Amino acid sequence: MLRDITLGQYYPADSVIHKLDPRVKLMATLVYIMSLFTFRGAAGFMLATVFMIVVIRLSKVPFSYMVKGLKTVIILMAITAVFNLFLTPGEEVLVHFWKLTITMEGLKNAVFMLVRLIYLIVGTSVMTLTTTPNQLTDGLEKALMPLSKLKVPVHAIAMMMSIALRFIPILIEETDIIMKAQMARGADFENGNIIKRAKNMVPLLVPLFVSAFRRADDLAMAMEARCYIGGEGRTKMKPLHYQSRDYLAYLFLIVYFAGIILLRIFLA
Amino acid sequence: MGIIKACKLVHEYIRRDEEGNVESIQTALNAVDLDIKAGDFVAVLGHNGSGKSTLAKHINALLEPSEGTLFVDGKDTKDLKYLYDIRRAAGMVFQNPDNQIIASVVEEDVGFGPENMGVPTKEIWQRVEESLKSVGMLKYRNHSPNKLSGGQKQRVAIAGVMAMEPKCIILDEPTAMLDPVGRKEVLQAVHTLNKKKGVTIVLITHYMEEVVDADYVYVMDKGSVVMQGTPREIFSQVDTLKEHRLDVPQITLLADELRKAGLPLPKGILTREELDAELVELYRRKACQSF
Amino acid sequence: MSIILDKVNYIYSPNTAYEIKALNDISLKIEDGQFIGIIGHTGSGKSTLIQHLNGLMKATSGAIYFNGRDIYENDYDMKELRTKVGLVFQYPEHQLFETTIFDDVCFGPMNQGLDKNKAGLRAFEALRSVGMPEDLYYQSPFDLSGGQKRRVAIAGVLAMKPEVLILDEPTAGLDPKGRDEILDLIAKMHKERKITVILVSHSMEDVAKYVERIIVMNDGSVMFDGTPGEVFLHYKELEQVGLAAPQVTYLMHGLSEKGIPVDLNATTVEEAKNSILKAFK
Repeated sequence: MLRDITLGQYYPADSVIHKLDPRVKLMATLVYIMSLFTFRGAAGFMLATVFMIVVIRLSKVPFSYMVKGLKTVIILMAITAVFNLFLTPGEEVLVHFWKLTITMEGLKNAVFMLVRLIYLIVGTSVMTLTTTPNQLTDGLEKALMPLSKLKVPVHAIAMMMSIALRFIPILIEETDIIMKAQMARGADFENGNIIKRAKNMVPLLVPLFVSAFRRADDLAMAMEARCYIGGEGRTKMKPLHYQSRDYLAYLFLIVYFAGIILLRIFLA
Repeated sequence: MGIIKACKLVHEYIRRDEEGNVESIQTALNAVDLDIKAGDFVAVLGHNGSGKSTLAKHINALLEPSEGTLFVDGKDTKDLKYLYDIRRAAGMVFQNPDNQIIASVVEEDVGFGPENMGVPTKEIWQRVEESLKSVGMLKYRNHSPNKLSGGQKQRVAIAGVMAMEPKCIILDEPTAMLDPVGRKEVLQAVHTLNKKKGVTIVLITHYMEEVVDADYVYVMDKGSVVMQGTPREIFSQVDTLKEHRLDVPQITLLADELRKAGLPLPKGILTREELDAELVELYRRKACQSF
Repeated sequence: MSIILDKVNYIYSPNTAYEIKALNDISLKIEDGQFIGIIGHTGSGKSTLIQHLNGLMKATSGAIYFNGRDIYENDYDMKELRTKVGLVFQYPEHQLFETTIFDDVCFGPMNQGLDKNKAGLRAFEALRSVGMPEDLYYQSPFDLSGGQKRRVAIAGVLAMKPEVLILDEPTAGLDPKGRDEILDLIAKMHKERKITVILVSHSMEDVAKYVERIIVMNDGSVMFDGTPGEVFLHYKELEQVGLAAPQVTYLMHGLSEKGIPVDLNATTVEEAKNSILKAFK
């Protein structure tokens, strides 16, 4: 049942992209998303495409894995495309029936929006497929460290994230067991209208929450017993240090983004 | 003075109502005296609710004595300035293996304690490697804890404590949630640490079989130490143990029943081999007499 | 009146790299009124097996007949099967959810479609037969001790009046006294209600003392099936798969090898005592 859901879709492989510092990958993803909403025209589109293909190739992750992520958001993509298609006003009317019109601009917008969304999802999945959740958390923690001067609890947030990553699979399994235990007492989680179904969830949610709180309690005590006192004075087993390939990657990224901007300025 | 020494240790759980008035007081530990020698393997026996887990939490300074004193490695647990020294000296392993593993990779979890203590990176790696090796889990260093068996998870938890280089490890019912294979793995690991690394072990349990090889046993009931001695001394008092909601190992029970039925067996037989030898000897003598 | 399993197979994630054969051609007949112990280490398939018996898991292939009817027929009422074959999961924490013990036990009968009064009567009767003191009925189940929680969980299933009662490691985490109390309770229910009881356990000592038939699971297959005496004769094979016979079995074999005429079928302290005393007369 719930066993099939897997979290964090890391694909282990020995590639340059896998070895990059997670901060580089976070930054690159951010810049790539920005570039998707910056580029204009066919040339910009080409550049974004080439960049993505090169990165995917370097990552050694099979292309089919990248596309997997698309399935889950297919409805969102369809809605965005339809809205753009019908709701963009424009001069050149292509189709007109009843109250709906499709304009040339609408068609263009719909196609570009779709492409942007697809690239965005594929682009972020390159990051999640090549970075373990732990590296990602470490990367975030270190990248956001300057914020802790503004009293943002960066370490605590990162710690919470990594604990969540550890316990989500456990809680999913537990949900499965609780569902079965209640089904053995005749509970029904599948039939009935929305209100009835919501009510039927109570026998599942109460034990799940009780257990989650208990685990939280236990874990807090176990952390305390192992001398945890927050981020202060902690050393790292796996500290992040930039290597020369990371600087190179930043350079590559700057060149790419500059290219996108230049194309926008000169070709538009 | 031993590595752990309790003098008239009392712990009261106080329940208050919304206005802060005392609603009820439950005495979990009642004037407990203990003296545990460094390097020993000590077992604390007791049924659920006998106060043994409360005692464990005191040794790790997770709780503060209501009355009396507790010294761990010569330091008073009431003195807050020693809090982290005590936790470093006396590491703790809990019952539920899942609820004490923090990281999603085995080696990172083992490194958690040393990270908290501010150990330099290079040394963390050495400690992690050594502790994983000492519990036989080195080849699982890159695994996710979710994929391990209960016994393996518990050994990772023990490695996590070992990496803090404690003088003493307290294990609070570490095998209660494991199957027989896992139970054996964990006990073996603990015995090895005790013998090879000289770590003092305080094993809290209600499984009688796990106590047989201990150097010394404390039996707790209703928050007090009600019996203490070597396993042989303890298990020779079958009826007293039963009064405290405890059992004896099956072999000890059988020997006791046979003795009550008239066979001249000594008290406190602990292992199969002992009973086997005694019975064979008896049989031989009986055979001689009948000739 | 029985449960028959005919060549039941269950495969996790079939046709993928993660394919695991959890049940391998299981054929069994569970007779009415038997007290059965299922033994196996973690991952042997024993939990998967019992979840097939009440239809929580569906076999990849093979058939299961309950009281002569194929439970995989299209119009078979699975919900009713689950009430007839009651399954108590290992940890009561996974099922207790109501604000009072009494309401929690009513959950099963209410799901069966009984009205409040009838369900209440069932709950009352079930709680009494598991020996819960009456003054606790309207307290929260979350404040109970481990042993008492387990009683409430058993009552919750018992209140549905099952014909077969399956208990998945009902003594895990209990202390010796609590363990004996629960096992005695289960034995009593088997005797008084004349229902089939299936006890899943990894403790040989517990099982030997109570059940009349032991099914040993290993690697998704039935390894041995017989009376405790018969099964523990294979103590060497049991050891090879990470299971152990009761200590008594080892002792009896040891004594027998040294020429003392004791009964090798003895598996409990009581049986061993009698057999040894006889040999020494």
